[in-house]
Amino acid sequence: MFAETALNVRDKKVQGLFRLIFGLMTVLLIIPVLVIMGMLVYKGGSIITIDFLFTAPTDGMTAGGIFPALFGTVWLVAVALLISVPIGIAAAIYLSEYAADNWFTRIINLAIINLAGVPSIVHALFGVGAFVVFFKFGTSILAASLTLAIMTLPVVIVSTRESLQAVPRAFREACWAMGATRWQTIRRVVLPNSVSGILTGVILEVSRTTGETAPIMFTGAVFFTPLLPQSVFDQTMAMSLHLFVVATQVPGVPEELPFGVALVLIGMVLVMNSVSIALRMYLRGQKKW
Amino acid sequence: MTTDSQALAIRTRDLNLWYGTFQALFDVDLKIKQGIITSLIGPSGCGKSTFLRSVNRINERLGYVRINGAIEVLGKNIYDEDVELVQVRKQIGMVFQRPNPLPISIRDNVLFGYNIHTQGRRPSYREQDDVVENALRQVLLWDEVKDKLKSKATELSLEEQQKLCIARLIPVKPGVLLMDEPCSALDPKGTEAVEELIWELRDNYTILIVTHNMAQARRTSEECIFMLMGKVIEHTATNTMFVTPAQQETADYIEGRYG
Repeated sequence: MFAETALNVRDKKVQGLFRLIFGLMTVLLIIPVLVIMGMLVYKGGSIITIDFLFTAPTDGMTAGGIFPALFGTVWLVAVALLISVPIGIAAAIYLSEYAADNWFTRIINLAIINLAGVPSIVHALFGVGAFVVFFKFGTSILAASLTLAIMTLPVVIVSTRESLQAVPRAFREACWAMGATRWQTIRRVVLPNSVSGILTGVILEVSRTTGETAPIMFTGAVFFTPLLPQSVFDQTMAMSLHLFVVATQVPGVPEELPFGVALVLIGMVLVMNSVSIALRMYLRGQKKW
Repeated sequence: MTTDSQALAIRTRDLNLWYGTFQALFDVDLKIKQGIITSLIGPSGCGKSTFLRSVNRINERLGYVRINGAIEVLGKNIYDEDVELVQVRKQIGMVFQRPNPLPISIRDNVLFGYNIHTQGRRPSYREQDDVVENALRQVLLWDEVKDKLKSKATELSLEEQQKLCIARLIPVKPGVLLMDEPCSALDPKGTEAVEELIWELRDNYTILIVTHNMAQARRTSEECIFMLMGKVIEHTATNTMFVTPAQQETADYIEGRYG
């Protein structure tokens, strides 16, 4: 009575077919990643040495290293983080823990979503208008980092808010029922239990900021300067812009140079993403509920 | 407030409560005596948890709750303008349906409320030790956890967690304890243990306990309130209610015709 019927056979074939299609699509997804990484390593791997990382470009940028760009990117990202992380976390705490669900909060949420959807070139033009011209910061690390910060703020806010919301409501109620204020609850219970998620969001923001080109190319990053920035009011080279320049703007660049630059850039991003994932796994393991 | 023969812990007058446009409580007038255990029974959605949660004003977090009337706790309307919410929560402790110890150590759980409400200098480690031991002894948990006070409270069994949730209220010295189905997440053994504990505590606190379990109401309470559709149907001595209920609805409910 449990024997297979013709209908079962047909259904199983259909089921197998769909499984195959979904599996193939998943494999397709990995191919570009492997091809990109493989090509970068194959074509640019040979150029990467300690000297390449720590010397300045020479011979009209057709030789030498990438140090000013690497250094500049670290500056840009660090300053952007200093601006966006405190603002983003504070805003997320307000939205998650204090704000009532009313029209004002909904408008703010809408604004955040829209801010996340603004194309980066539009952020760039806004940065030029606001920071370079209006606030008279000139093309500088400060102007570029402010532009980057505004662009990545929605990411920080959304990821932080999600981490805060992931802390069970029962913990908050337990605190309130004992007479803890909102802030005591946040500081002693909500934040300690959401720090892993917040950190993950921040690191993802770092990796995204590292690769951005448009927002910095008019606001603070320059084509070439042999000088390392001394303060946030200086201009700087940056990895992403440098890649664009050596790949398209300078004649006579050896083929492996842009690939090498790209490899370093993608390496930075991958390292940060891995750190983010590892950190999240470690901190998740600490949780016990 | 002493016209009654026994002092009142909670006195409500014409209490009406709405969630948005839905009215959950209708003209609730209750006199809950001090120093005894009163249970609140009734079918799901009858408003018993809603009532409990308005007695320590924890309902307010939901922005759409609207309240009319008064809830006097120990003689003072807690909805008066000059009432400090933190003091309300301090005087009126609450135990939840699902044990909700904080994801910190057992010791820190017991001290959480105590440290919040201790003014001025931080109590010494030794004083804190005494507070922890005293509270855990009162909830009959000391012997089980005295060697692992630094381990996470969330690793305890549910029964132990619920006892801990009661223990952390003790150092704050509340006058009233609200319990929202405190045993519904526990197994029969845990239920028995926590019920025993509640019975032990009745001398020092006024306890108001919401329960789905009529046998539990009968075992653990001295007075009983039956609610239906947001209204109080009957409030009398527990024995009287279960033997000779005055209202037909009460009789139907305790005989299991609905609920």
